[in-house]
Amino acid sequence: MARLLRWIFFGVIARFVALIVLGLNVRHRERLPAAGPCLLVANHNSHLDTITLMTLLPLRLLPRVHPVAAADYFLRNRLLAWFALKVIGIVPINRTRSRPDEDLLAPVKESLERGDILIFFPEGSRGDPEKLTEFKGGVARLVERFPHVPVVPVFMHGLGKALPKGEAILVPFFVDVFVGEPLHYGGDRDAFLRELRARMDALAVEGSFPPWT
Amino acid sequence: MIRSIQPPVLWTLAGILVALITATLLSQWLKRANPNKDYSELVQRVNSWWWMAGIFALAVALNVNVAIGFFTFLSFLALKEYLSLIPTRRADRRVLFWCYLAIPIHYYWVYDRWYELFVIWIPVWMFMLVSARMVMIGDTKDFLRAVGTLQWGMLTMVFALSHLAYLLVLPERIGQTVGGAGLVLFVVLLTQLNDVAQYVWGKSFGRNKITPTVSPKKTAEGLLGGVLTTTAVAVWLAPILTPLSPAHSIAVGLIIGIGGFLGDVTISALKRDLNVKDSGSLIPGHGGILDRVDSLTFTAPLFFHFMKYFYY
Repeated sequence: MARLLRWIFFGVIARFVALIVLGLNVRHRERLPAAGPCLLVANHNSHLDTITLMTLLPLRLLPRVHPVAAADYFLRNRLLAWFALKVIGIVPINRTRSRPDEDLLAPVKESLERGDILIFFPEGSRGDPEKLTEFKGGVARLVERFPHVPVVPVFMHGLGKALPKGEAILVPFFVDVFVGEPLHYGGDRDAFLRELRARMDALAVEGSFPPWT
Repeated sequence: MIRSIQPPVLWTLAGILVALITATLLSQWLKRANPNKDYSELVQRVNSWWWMAGIFALAVALNVNVAIGFFTFLSFLALKEYLSLIPTRRADRRVLFWCYLAIPIHYYWVYDRWYELFVIWIPVWMFMLVSARMVMIGDTKDFLRAVGTLQWGMLTMVFALSHLAYLLVLPERIGQTVGGAGLVLFVVLLTQLNDVAQYVWGKSFGRNKITPTVSPKKTAEGLLGGVLTTTAVAVWLAPILTPLSPAHSIAVGLIIGIGGFLGDVTISALKRDLNVKDSGSLIPGHGGILDRVDSLTFTAPLFFHFMKYFYY
């Protein structure tokens, strides 16, 4: 039942929103993974980010694709938790440790070991729309354990204009999605984060975006 | 309810089919003859023409309401592309939302054949509504730019293009069977042909730049050759698809030729101002929707009011 709902949500509703209501301009689509395990790393501006990223991949991969999301936000009540876990299919993580030795990334690691394609937002939160903030270190700590897993950076523009944080009304805009070359962990956390950030910045300047203030 | 397709419309569609097949064979032959040159954009362009002609023909030939729905969606795509290109203010999100909502309302007047409201809904009512809603939000920084660009977009992408839809619901004329579908087919076919003809004439004989600062590739020779070609085809097609008299068909040919040129360079000016080459990437080989409907934003209302004044 939940699998069918998930299929309808991403196969029909999400695709209708992403392709008809919004409209995607995807560059370098061929760089997207054909199979897991893989980490899709994207900038975060809107709830629509996940929906858009999910529609980039073919439906046959849907059972393998899961967004990594904050447990405190998405599991805050039962209805939302059911929707987030069963329909969206999130891998929930806690943002703060309850015990000093808790491994916050443990559920994500399990998922990668199963060969999943995970969607990861290293900014940690949506923040101000269309502004790229500092990357948090979680993504580096994660790939340190999985140096063979490719990390594909994806830069998106327009979703923060369409549905920014704190707004309820969706206003259609065309959305740019630029997919970067996959990169791997090279042995140093800081170097990896800097490289990832540099790739993301390089993708961002591929487009020219009108001012939005 | 599917309207039985009139033979003249069918013949015209068959003509378009022949033209598309010719274009496909020609592009494939060029590719084969010069293997070193890159013809991928030409091939893409021709491919996209198949899609556009197919969707357009299906919508217009089958049923009036399907066609109205098609033009509603076309206006939505055009406005969305325009609003994604221009600078907008975050404060105006709700105003933009109202503008999108105004599209189905506007096309409802077409469906309802309510001409008086159709011609004032955007230029009068939305003109005031957009300003009023924006003033309620209360952000005066860049107010004039915001309200002006939004009104311009509504007039061009929704109001101007919607005249194509209203052609479909003009009252039947005694003794004339082709009706609105013939008129839409006529003006769209001639406008697109005019684009191609101006390009081909300009490429072959172009010398004198006509809009050097806006669209440096446009030449006086291209314009003249295009307008004459369009007028000749207008005189030939008018008796098949429209009630136009021979003298009027010459006038309409000139109007579409010159109007198409002006619509084209107007969108070029917009793109140059915004520093973009194509308005989008929706149509492979062509660019965005605005790159394809630019000429129609002028020719549709011009042709419509010519017909309305003289014939309906």
